[in-house]
Parts: sequence; structure tokens; C-alpha cells
Amino acid sequence: MSRRSRLIYSPDYTAYYFHKEHPFNQRRLILTHDLLTRYGLLRAEDIVPPRSATDEELALIHDRQYIETVRAQGHSASELPTAASHGLGTEDVPCFPRMHEAASLIVGGTLQAVDLVMNGEADHAFNPAGGLHHAFRGRASGFCIYNDCSVAIAYLRKHWDARVLYIDTDAHHGDGVQWAFYDDPHVLTVSIHETGKYLFPGTGDLSERGTGEGYGYTVNVPLDAFTEDDSFLEVYREVVPKVARGFKPDVIVTQNGCDAHAYDPLTHLSCSIGIYQQIPRLAHQLAHELCGGRWIAVGGGGYDIWRVVPRAWTLLWSEMTDQPLEDGPLPAGWRERWSQESDVPLPERLFDDAEQLPVIPRRREITEKNRIMAERALLHAPQG
Amino acid sequence: MRLEDIMRKRVVTVSTATTIGEALSLLRGNRIRHLPVLEDGKLVGIVSDRDLRDALPSSLLTHEDDSQVLHKTVSEIMTRRVITAHPLDFIEDAAKTVYEYKVGSLPVLDGGRLVGIVTESDILNCLVEMFGVHKPSSHLEVEVEDRAGSLAEVSQVFREAGVNVCSVIVTPGSAPQKKILVFRVQTIDPRPLLDLLTAKGFSVCGPAEGGMRP
Ligand SMILES: [Zn+2]
Ligand SMILES: [Zn+2]
Repeated sequence: MSRRSRLIYSPDYTAYYFHKEHPFNQRRLILTHDLLTRYGLLRAEDIVPPRSATDEELALIHDRQYIETVRAQGHSASELPTAASHGLGTEDVPCFPRMHEAASLIVGGTLQAVDLVMNGEADHAFNPAGGLHHAFRGRASGFCIYNDCSVAIAYLRKHWDARVLYIDTDAHHGDGVQWAFYDDPHVLTVSIHETGKYLFPGTGDLSERGTGEGYGYTVNVPLDAFTEDDSFLEVYREVVPKVARGFKPDVIVTQNGCDAHAYDPLTHLSCSIGIYQQIPRLAHQLAHELCGGRWIAVGGGGYDIWRVVPRAWTLLWSEMTDQPLEDGPLPAGWRERWSQESDVPLPERLFDDAEQLPVIPRRREITEKNRIMAERALLHAPQG
Repeated sequence: MRLEDIMRKRVVTVSTATTIGEALSLLRGNRIRHLPVLEDGKLVGIVSDRDLRDALPSSLLTHEDDSQVLHKTVSEIMTRRVITAHPLDFIEDAAKTVYEYKVGSLPVLDGGRLVGIVTESDILNCLVEMFGVHKPSSHLEVEVEDRAGSLAEVSQVFREAGVNVCSVIVTPGSAPQKKILVFRVQTIDPRPLLDLLTAKGFSVCGPAEGGMRP
């Protein structure tokens, strides 16, 4: 396998910044970039800086009026009267200066990844700043202003007429992407997430399977709270390859939120770092088996920025570039560099020690229930 | 919500003289399962797809018998004692009626005139929506004393936290003097809200039923 992979990255990504206390913090990208560098996994020529998405590109998904409001709000000292009706200025998505510019750089990064892969300059590309899967046509939601996943898929449809398989393993349901392509049989969305019984956004039930022509092209597997590695991976390995082989995509887009980790403060899943090696491994194999390698990966949720995100996305890049990592101590320089600034003790090793993760209730029942969910999720989906 | 809000107002009906064959093709053509039977504008019976199927001879019999049955009238097989509802009935009462009498649909009568019909799946669908998720939101449960003002006290905390509430349901609590308020709140991060509620002495139930803090 080739090493033709690109990381779309620039420190400018941190301009997407709400405020000091806000849980969404792109500083995690700096930490990830530093860990990748210290592991020796990055060459200068692997990195491509993001471009900004144009208004025309954003408008593939977003309402013009919404784009205008985001832009105007980012250049206004006070809150615009129309902001609230677009979900802006809330606790989740506070307004900040130049928010349009910061958000369209993230979308542009994902489009950059699409361009490189579809024009054959790379087999795979990873935009860790992307994965903002909650944003809607005309409304910000769940920390997301523009939906880079949806825009990238619409862009793939428009310029390459591609059949797109979207795989979302963020702990939250990929609602924005699902609803954007709910009636489209050329885009198959799979979301594996913690049940919406308690967790935001509440949707992602099995019964959401698409509509009209698109019926069967939306697949949701809600997992019980406290699901661990084995059950998460069992469901993922049961559902994703079958659907992928049945659908026969031209390209795979993966959303790689890492908030299913037990340490994540916003969710109730109990996985370890191990799943973040296994999840991209299978996606990578399927991309080579079905799509001539075409694989675009984006980031997503991940709110333990010190202990989880850098290790999870380092494993993703290591898989994408065929530079496998074994468990072992994290590079000493990385821990030294950041230990002072972290508010929690930094992990010592690449993988988690199962002993250190919290013990969970009702493992057998949860595993069994998740298995049933996976079976039922496949009922109306294409299968190969 | 009342039945007039959800009932189907265009009702496909038949007369007592309609044949079983005609009734069958009406059911199939309109993709429905119940046909009210009218005589001089008054509801005198109802036939369901099951009544019609039961009336047909088994497929082992000859075609002659088959066509004979198709030419019988629905008045010979219809249910005459029809369970009906009123447009002002509440959804939850209609649900109870359907459950109690084990019927698949309720013709809705206003002053004796047929004005609509609701099926059990219409009612179920409506209940699912009432409990469902309309906006991206998190779910949270607070157990409070079963007395006046409890809901207002909790709502005050939501206001303080600046969080919008999408829906509220009140259910019985773990003890007779308690009740549980079930909220859907429009935020991906309910932690500040949980902290505030806990600080004010409210007990918040999490995803592990039995009260573990999320
Ligand atoms: Zn490869
Ligand atoms: Zn998430």
C-alpha cells in the first residue's frame, strides 16, 4: 500500500474559538500535531494547509441568509436580532469575532481533502478540524456552525457524481448529515452512537431509515450508555462492511469523533483508546477493497483534549499512512511539553490500561441489546 | 390534543349493498384497512380487511365458490355494534378505547354524522410524537416533591443557566410523595445545568436507571 496520504492542517484552525470555558477547543489539534511530530509520523510534504470554502460551496448545503447572518455576526460588536433564530448566541454556539471566516476554513479543509483524493493526488486525506456533523441548513447546533461533512458530500455529488458512504462513529448521532441526505439514495449514512434517550441530539433511532427514494440509505445503531470496546467494535464490524459491500460506494467519508471514550465529559459510553485504532483500520481496508483507496477522514467530537483526542487521532493517521504503532510510553518530549498546561495528569502510554477505566454496570445485557440493535439496523439497508 | 386534530377527514365508505368484491378492491386501491358502512347517511356498521379475508373461502376451494362470495354484500359480514369516538375526544382517551375494545379504528361521529376516522396507528404515531424529539436536545430527569411550585422551581434553574426547554413530561416518582419531571433541553452540554440543579439540592437521575450521575 502506498503512503500517499495528506494531513490538512494549519494552526489557524484554532481561530474557531468560542471562549475559555467552552468544551469545544481546537487546541486539541495543536496537541495532536505535536504528538504526531514527536512520533515521527509526519513529513513536511504530508501536510497541506486548508483553504477557505467559498459562499457558493457553503450554499451547496446552507441557506444564503444563514451564511450572511454568520458573516455579519462575526463582524458586529453586538448580537444581531436575527442571530438567535439561527441558533447563534446560545450556550452551545456563542458568537465570536470572524466566526464565518473560522468556520469556512474548516469546511475548506475538508473540501481540500476531497480535491486531493478525487483528483488522484492522494489516496487518503484527513482533516482533523472537520466533522462538525450537527450543523443544519439554516441553523447552528451542538458547537457546529457550518457542516463540513454535508458540504463535502454535496460537493462530491455535484462535481464527481460519486456514490458516497458516510460512516459516523462520534458518540453523538450525526443528525445534520443524516437529514441533509435523507431522501438521497446516492449517499448512504451510517451513524453508530450513544442512544438519544439521554444524550444530545436525541435522534438516531433505528426507525430513521431514510425517506422516498432514500429509504434504506440511512442506517442508525443507537448503543446503550456504558457500552465498552468489545461491544462497540462488534456492532461496527457487523454493520459497516455489510452495508459498504451492498452499497458499493465510489468514496468513503468517515467522521472520527472520539467522544465515545470513557473519559469524555459529555457522553456516557465507556470505550478505551483501542477502538480508535480499530475503527479506521476497517474503514481503510474497505476503501481499498471497494473505492480504489478513496477515503476522506474528518475529526469530530472529543472533549477530553488532553487524554483522548491526541492519542485517538494519532492512531487514525498512523493507520492511514500504514505506519502502525504498538503500545508503549508516549514520547517523553510530548508529555514534558504539555504536562504543565494540562488540568489532568497526561496519559503515560499510547493505549489505556483497562484497570484504570471505570467499572461499568450490566455488561452482558448491554452487549446483548447492542447486538439486537445492529441486527435490526441492517433490516432495510443494502447488504453485500 | 384532540381527535379533530389528527383524524382523517376524507373517509372512504361503503353502503350495505356494496359487494365484498367491491369492498376488497376499495381497501386495496386506497391502502386502508377499515370501511365504515353507511345507510341513508347513518353509520350502521364497519368492515375490516380481516372480516373480508375471513369471509373468503380458502384457496383450496373452486373458483365458483370464490366468485359467489365476492357477490355477497358487506351487510352480511359487517360488525354492527361500532365503537365510535367524538371529534373533541382527547388522544389519550381514544388510545384507551382502542386498547379496551381491541378495535383497529374509530369512526368519529359529530351529531350522529360521520366526520372522520382514526386508526390505532394514527393514535400511536401521535403519542410517539408527543413523547418524541422535535429539536436537537438532551434529556434530563429531576425528582421533586409532589407539590405545587416544584416545576416552577426547576424551571427557574433552567432560566438561570440560559438553557431552552423543548418539552416537559411529568411522571410518578419513586415514592408516593415524589414525582419525576422529564425534560428535553436544547443543549449538547447539560453539565452546567446539572451542577446548578445539584447545588440547589435537586436529585437528578442519569442514564443508569437508579440514579447514577451522568
Ligand atoms: Zn491505504
Ligand atoms: Zn460528539
